[in-house]
Amino acid sequence: MSETALLIKGVDKFYGPIDHGVHAVKSLNMDIRKGEIIALLGSSGCGKTSTLRMIAGFEPVSRGTISLKGREVQTFAPVKRNVAMAFEGYSLYPPLTVRENIAFALKASKLSQSVVDQKVSDIAKLLEIEDIMGRYPSSISGGQQQRASLGRALIRDADLHLLDEPMGQLEPQLRAVLRGRIKHFIKERGLTAILVTHDQTEANALADRIAVMEGGVLQQFDTPQMIKERPANLFTGTFVGEPPMNVFSAGVSGADDTVSFGLNEGVKLDYKASDFSQAVRAELMKRSKVVIGIRPYAVRRGEGGVGARVAVNQWLGDQTHIATDFAGGTMVLVEHDRTNLAIGENVAIRLDPSSLHVFDGDSGKAISHGQELA
Amino acid sequence: MENTSTLERTLRLIALTLVVVFFMFPIFWIFLMSFQTNETILAIPPSIVFTPTLSNYAALITGKLTTAAGSLDIAFMRNLGNSIFLSVTSVALALVLGVPAAYAFARHKFKGSEDIAFTLLSFRFAPPLLVLLPLTQYFQWLGLSDTYFGLIWVYQLICLPLILWIVRGYFEDISADVEYAYRIAGHTWFATFRKIALPLAGPGIAAAGLLAFIFAWNNFVFALVLASADKQPVTVGALAFVTSSGIQYGQIASAIVLSVAPTLALALYAQRYLVEGLSLGAVKG
Repeated sequence: MSETALLIKGVDKFYGPIDHGVHAVKSLNMDIRKGEIIALLGSSGCGKTSTLRMIAGFEPVSRGTISLKGREVQTFAPVKRNVAMAFEGYSLYPPLTVRENIAFALKASKLSQSVVDQKVSDIAKLLEIEDIMGRYPSSISGGQQQRASLGRALIRDADLHLLDEPMGQLEPQLRAVLRGRIKHFIKERGLTAILVTHDQTEANALADRIAVMEGGVLQQFDTPQMIKERPANLFTGTFVGEPPMNVFSAGVSGADDTVSFGLNEGVKLDYKASDFSQAVRAELMKRSKVVIGIRPYAVRRGEGGVGARVAVNQWLGDQTHIATDFAGGTMVLVEHDRTNLAIGENVAIRLDPSSLHVFDGDSGKAISHGQELA
Repeated sequence: MENTSTLERTLRLIALTLVVVFFMFPIFWIFLMSFQTNETILAIPPSIVFTPTLSNYAALITGKLTTAAGSLDIAFMRNLGNSIFLSVTSVALALVLGVPAAYAFARHKFKGSEDIAFTLLSFRFAPPLLVLLPLTQYFQWLGLSDTYFGLIWVYQLICLPLILWIVRGYFEDISADVEYAYRIAGHTWFATFRKIALPLAGPGIAAAGLLAFIFAWNNFVFALVLASADKQPVTVGALAFVTSSGIQYGQIASAIVLSVAPTLALALYAQRYLVEGLSLGAVKG
């Protein structure tokens, strides 16, 4: 395993007095290795930007330690941390041109002029801003300013690159292109980066690991694939994935050779005991109330399914989203072909046990994913 | 359509002319008076046709005022010098003290920061005469009365709150992230203050400085009470023209022209910075 670039240990952030103010980040622990790209994913106010600002040194750490390359930096001024950052609000220097803004980031590094020029022109090419290098920030668009700001961060040879919503203002097409290029740029140079975003596509595309945050608490910190396949709790399960996971409260009952989930409106899902491992069955039987979840693209239609009524049928050009009324809630299916289901038509829905996620009814913690324990 | 717009334009022109005449006429009249003798000024009806004379300016500059009751020494040029010295040093001191303070108040919310800022502002609430009496006593005990040092100190009551509150607003308008971006690129907060915050707030600081200068220049009552003749500024010095043999309108007029000139020159010079200051809005975001 490669060396640790950033270690966050037991970090709390309070706005206002410690223990009495707003608790924005709650006992956060993270370990980021050199060369990794991490995405902090969460909705507004989940504590992701506070975390980023604590790492950069713009917000004091209320409790805990932050170590960069093995040295504790939580009390250091930003200047001593060797961290680069791209700000959500761009924050370019108004009196300087885009070129000067980007080159400026290298001023403290004492590189020769020709090296600086080379680096600046490489970055300009990467971000497609060559044509606006001589312009001033006030005369270019938000998307251009954002790319200039990103360039100013990426050009530095810092121990850690912090990117706060770095592509939020870009048009979708450019965003898709730049995602690939930026990832390549970071990987090629072995840089370590933390990306704050609320866009899960961006997180999935760029990050080696995603840290899902909510309410100041780190919910799950894992690879995009693991987060999708084995969400640690109900929040992660429903937050990550588009369209979101279908979830239904259920009671559990079982006999020697069956496991049944009783949903609202008398809907009952019966499974063979062998569909779940012994350990999963044991966990399930301990509980009276659980939440079952299934991803829309894992829901099947066909013989032997449970009845549902079509409420919406949308063809999106490459896939169909079908919303059905099911057990007092909505069950969404994603299919890859166009279907001619009419609104109000009855369909039979099958929930394959291998695609089923079961969460604790009270804590929301995952119990099982498919046949295995979470 | 065309008719109404012509009418509108004419009316607007008339209205504008009226406003300009209303505000500019006194200054224009004073300017004319400064080239007249007391006799022509007081002639009824007044006339704008007269033989101009430089005697008023000559009297001010030489410091010799000849009246019907005899000759009188006036220290107008010294007063003018005092005005310039007092205003410039007061504003300079207020900038040195006020700009960093404004930055601190804008960027750091510490316990009681609002109270301190408000207390400083409250210096401008009380009528000057209210503070003058106790101040006179204190200054006598401290040996500060009739010193430039004491006057400049008291002038801070005028300049400091003004600069502090205006400049604070300008600092608050600068996105903190611009400064963070500079700091994270490897600079200390002090370098950031000098290289980013100060230049960006520059037009605002210039505007506040100019305003403070005008207020300091126009101050009358502090200097009247706390300073003796040789340290008094023009505002107080002009009283000397009210002599036992009558009011010297000609000299008063030329004294006004001379004392308005520096502020006017400064305002004209600073105008481009003020305009720049107004367009600073584009900086945000």
